[in-house]
Amino acid sequence: MTTAAAAAPGLYGVIAEYDTPEQVLAAAEGARKAGYTRMDAYTPHPVEGMDDALGLAPTNLGFVVLAMGLFGAAAGYFMQWYSASVFYPLNIGGRPLHDWPTYVVITFEVSVLLAAFTAGLFMLARSGLPRPYHPVFNTPGFERATRDGYYLCIEAVDPRFEEGGVTAFLEGTGPVSVQQVAS
Amino acid sequence: MAVVTGAPRNVLETNRVIAPGQTAGMIDDDVNTPVLVGPQRTPTWWWIGFGISLGLLGLYLVSIVHLVTTGVGIFGNNQPVSWAMPIINFVWWIGIGHAGTLISAALLLFRQPWRTSINRFAEAMTIFAVACAGLYPILHLGRPWVFYWLMPYPNTHGMFPNFRSALTWDVFAISTYASVSILFWFIGLIPDLATLRDAAKSRFQKLIYGALALGWNGSAKAWQRYTRAYLLLAALSFPLVLSVHSTIAMDFAISQVPGWNNTVMPPYFVAGAVFAGFAMVLLIAIPLRRAFGFEHLITMRHLDNGAKLMLATGMIVVYGYVVEIFYAWYSGVEFEVFMAYNRVLGADHGWAFWALILCNLVAIQPLWFRRVRQTPWALFVISIFVSIGMWLERFVIIVVSLTKDFLPSSWGGYTPTFWDWALYAGSFGLFGTLFLIFLRLLPAIATTEMKELAHHDAHHGPDAYEAIREAYYRGEVRA
Repeated sequence: MTTAAAAAPGLYGVIAEYDTPEQVLAAAEGARKAGYTRMDAYTPHPVEGMDDALGLAPTNLGFVVLAMGLFGAAAGYFMQWYSASVFYPLNIGGRPLHDWPTYVVITFEVSVLLAAFTAGLFMLARSGLPRPYHPVFNTPGFERATRDGYYLCIEAVDPRFEEGGVTAFLEGTGPVSVQQVAS
Repeated sequence: MAVVTGAPRNVLETNRVIAPGQTAGMIDDDVNTPVLVGPQRTPTWWWIGFGISLGLLGLYLVSIVHLVTTGVGIFGNNQPVSWAMPIINFVWWIGIGHAGTLISAALLLFRQPWRTSINRFAEAMTIFAVACAGLYPILHLGRPWVFYWLMPYPNTHGMFPNFRSALTWDVFAISTYASVSILFWFIGLIPDLATLRDAAKSRFQKLIYGALALGWNGSAKAWQRYTRAYLLLAALSFPLVLSVHSTIAMDFAISQVPGWNNTVMPPYFVAGAVFAGFAMVLLIAIPLRRAFGFEHLITMRHLDNGAKLMLATGMIVVYGYVVEIFYAWYSGVEFEVFMAYNRVLGADHGWAFWALILCNLVAIQPLWFRRVRQTPWALFVISIFVSIGMWLERFVIIVVSLTKDFLPSSWGGYTPTFWDWALYAGSFGLFGTLFLIFLRLLPAIATTEMKELAHHDAHHGPDAYEAIREAYYRGEVRA
């Protein structure tokens, strides 16, 4: 599946395989310092410090979840207040129509429901999942990436990408192998 | 029991969160091999368990068909005991579910490394227990086919549910809990499903696990969002799990029935839920680690810690029993005083209270000793006592309070019928069937998280994980 031509149109990038998270972390750090920007690491488990090593911007997931949680709370409260005191006022034991303490539980539950599903689904959507095909799966032996292999891929779209240079750079980081990835 | 994996049988029992010398590949092989082997290599114990579970599931379905076609009259429910077995079993099952969420959410937030090998099957236990629980109130409705009237939706009646009723709160609490638990479980499973996809031999397995893994490739950007989302889900699930049993407790506490109208109910119910839940976790973990040869992954440390939590929450529950009796006296209300007297010394159900004390107070006392906490069979026996005890607790709260409440002319009695017991036994069939299917088709241990743990363990010394955590609490290390 690999192509021999330098920076061929069918090339997704050059990928290096490592045995330990420390190695891939050091390689990512080195690649960032060498000026590469379009790259990604593929690891079986989250590697501490990888965000900084790759120079990834922090995720804004927390703010989205907070916003949806607050929206859920407002919507849950509104539903109860509107239905029980405006749409169909119910006099239960002479309590005031707008008795907020009895609305607390459902307000909380709706808030958690929306926040949790936002956290889960927004995370998937922003990561482009579900995605049945990804060029990185063309890497021979990529099954190790979910087992005990640690990969760093410098992509062909990187402004400084030049196949020979990238390959040489990755060879210098002590990988098990360096391979080309067809797109 | 037959051994499925090639895992060494003579593993040294260890008191660490993971046996020393585990590598990522070893963890994958140990956990995933029993999942990926063909049907002909399914272990005998699984078939036996599945057969029994299917039999009970059949009983469950027969009971439901009889219930729906005949009506709730097939149960022993009466006036004044209108809640009885269905609600006892509902509260019992949902309580069991709580330990799973507590393990996966609270222990993650508190950075407890011993959470890692038990969280996945405990979450599965939660979902299946909630499924068993959630069916009870619906089946108990009388007309279960219109259960959706409980949800607020525009309808031709022009009415909404009464949001001032704790029973409506329950609908929201349980449906939210069930949906968020399934989401949390599935999100946690995605990297493990990708591991299964890549380890699978047959094309069919690759296709199924590949579709379920949603194309996960473990990229750094995806991991960044994933770990944040997982942490947020844990942070949301922790208060959620506390709210669910508190809400169920409010079903009782908001009423005026003697013994129910009590502010201790929500925290005491939550403690009881965790207590029963940890008993069930141990009841599952002890045979599971033996059957799959997981002694090096689910270690003595897990059993020990689970037992400690069981002891702690058990003592909180016992404190609840003491406070209930104190409240009855302190309230000065004669109905409350009579309820307390009737609960403890009553001729008809006094035995239930003393059996409860035996199960929930006396039986757990050996857990003060490490020797007992690290003896699997002893823990297993104690966990059975606790499970029975927590069922009896709900029996005492519901049946004893309702049989003799206010006017002696309105007092009654209660005897469960055959169908009460059939539906209860059948719910074990539902739970067992679902759980065994889970064990056969999905990894019982979160392999991805175990790899991270094994890496920490191997590279930062045996107790480095704990050392890092302590340093974190001292403020020396940032998360």
